[in-house]
Amino acid sequence: MKVLVTVKRVIDSNVKARVKPDQTGVDLANVKMSMNPFDEIAVEEAVRMKEKGAATEVVVVSIGPAQAQETIRTALAMGADRGVLIQVDGEAPEPLAVAKLLKAVVAEENPNLVLMGKQAIDGDNNATGQMLAALLEWPQATFASKVELSGSKATVTREVDGGLQTLEVDLPAVITADLRLNEPRYASLPNIMKAKKKEIAVKTAADYGVDIAPRLKVLKVSEPAKRQAGIKVETAADLVMKLKNEAGVL
Amino acid sequence: MAVLVIADHHDGVLRDTTQKTVTAAQKLSGDIDILVAGQNVDAAAQAASKIAGVRKVLSADSAALGQGLAEAFEALVVGLAANYDAILVPSTSSGKNFAPRIAAKLDVAIISDIVEVVDANTFVRPIYAGNALETVQSSDAKKVITVRPTVFKPAADGGSAPVEKIDAGAGAGHTRFVSEEIVKSDRPELGAAKIVVSGGRAMGSAEEFQRVIDPLADLLGAAVGASRAAVDAGYAPNDYQVGQTGKVVAPDLYIAIGISGAIQHLAGMKDSKVIVAINKDADAPIFQVADYGLVADYKTAVPEMMDALKAAGK
Repeated sequence: MKVLVTVKRVIDSNVKARVKPDQTGVDLANVKMSMNPFDEIAVEEAVRMKEKGAATEVVVVSIGPAQAQETIRTALAMGADRGVLIQVDGEAPEPLAVAKLLKAVVAEENPNLVLMGKQAIDGDNNATGQMLAALLEWPQATFASKVELSGSKATVTREVDGGLQTLEVDLPAVITADLRLNEPRYASLPNIMKAKKKEIAVKTAADYGVDIAPRLKVLKVSEPAKRQAGIKVETAADLVMKLKNEAGVL
Repeated sequence: MAVLVIADHHDGVLRDTTQKTVTAAQKLSGDIDILVAGQNVDAAAQAASKIAGVRKVLSADSAALGQGLAEAFEALVVGLAANYDAILVPSTSSGKNFAPRIAAKLDVAIISDIVEVVDANTFVRPIYAGNALETVQSSDAKKVITVRPTVFKPAADGGSAPVEKIDAGAGAGHTRFVSEEIVKSDRPELGAAKIVVSGGRAMGSAEEFQRVIDPLADLLGAAVGASRAAVDAGYAPNDYQVGQTGKVVAPDLYIAIGISGAIQHLAGMKDSKVIVAINKDADAPIFQVADYGLVADYKTAVPEMMDALKAAGK
């Protein structure tokens, strides 16, 4: 069984995103970039499937600038077999365009399963997996906290509002990873070295004949209203009194 | 212009996220229909018909819709899409699950998690977990939008729209519902709670976390949250996590206890109306966003707070 995993290069989750003064976007210059944390979980899950013998090959795909090769390299060091980078310079394509590109990659690679992070922590759309499933007319199981494969089916436990839902989907399917699915490993030094020799194919959107023109025009990116630091209270009793009488929230 | 709002409901009860999404729909100025899709939806459809200013309510009943299967919602809504210029969905875990599927099938962008309607084509949505706001203008003729319910006021009742039963559409051939395990907790859901009490790494153990945080939350009728540090240390389960990689919450009152205020946590709670921080480190970054800060050891401050709450009638 072949598994396709998608990874996005995003601002490291420990770095605060800063809006550019001209409000054209978020400043990415000289900012630490990392693999989207949810994608890391998806990679981990795919690698575990391979280690258990459930998957035979793990192919990792990224769409982004040339530097996204480093993100693919990280996934290869975690245990993925080879990579595909669809190089897109400038603004990151929207979820619909990404889903169309991934559909083209799926047509080429014929995976039995596509594993993705549930959302990227930059655009926060939480949409690409669902869109890819729709375009492929495949079943989807989003926000997965547990995945069990058996033959041509996957049983997936999903995080839903207020609890968990378990679905059985026929493969091929798209599964998107939530936080609780697993804890991604740190790549070991020997595996980092090995990953340097693994193959990454570099393509363009034009290679797949996909139109990635945006449907949404970003008019501006602004900073949310800053919170003013409030006041310090002296005692817990004072705090309760203020919450009741001043803030009116009790 | 015609707008379809997809209702959020459970066990026959219409959730107020529906009314809040109707408020967002009103800003598009057009006729508003509500789709109530699920199983045994009559009571929820009746409730939806009472929302003021609604043209009609469509009700669709099937097992697959009742199970919230995205494939079933896609088939149903794509079938209705010809009649509408915009489709608005509350940004719940279910809405996020099926709305992008509908957008992809219609070959339009998904406009996710909007917090403001500027005009019929222009919307504001948070990116980077709310650290930035993006104003986007759509060029698609038809729009599929998910609406962050916490920022819109619920539309008032006062209407009496007709309820029309419609065909539920195809099921979900390749997806089967196995089971559902909804946590039976007396506490409100973290994402929807009016008050959230969160604990951080200062708790030091899972036992201490439960000993300190749970009683205060129960006294306030609050949901319980945790910082990533507390979750990573095993003091609280992962689904308690508030932050960029966990849940984003915006309650009326957020009480952070023993939480230093890492960026990743602040991103998940800084839109709360009132933030309270209790921390013995006066320099903790959490105090920079807190409306009320109490520099104290939680071990003494929380019991004192509970006494004061009880004295105030809680």
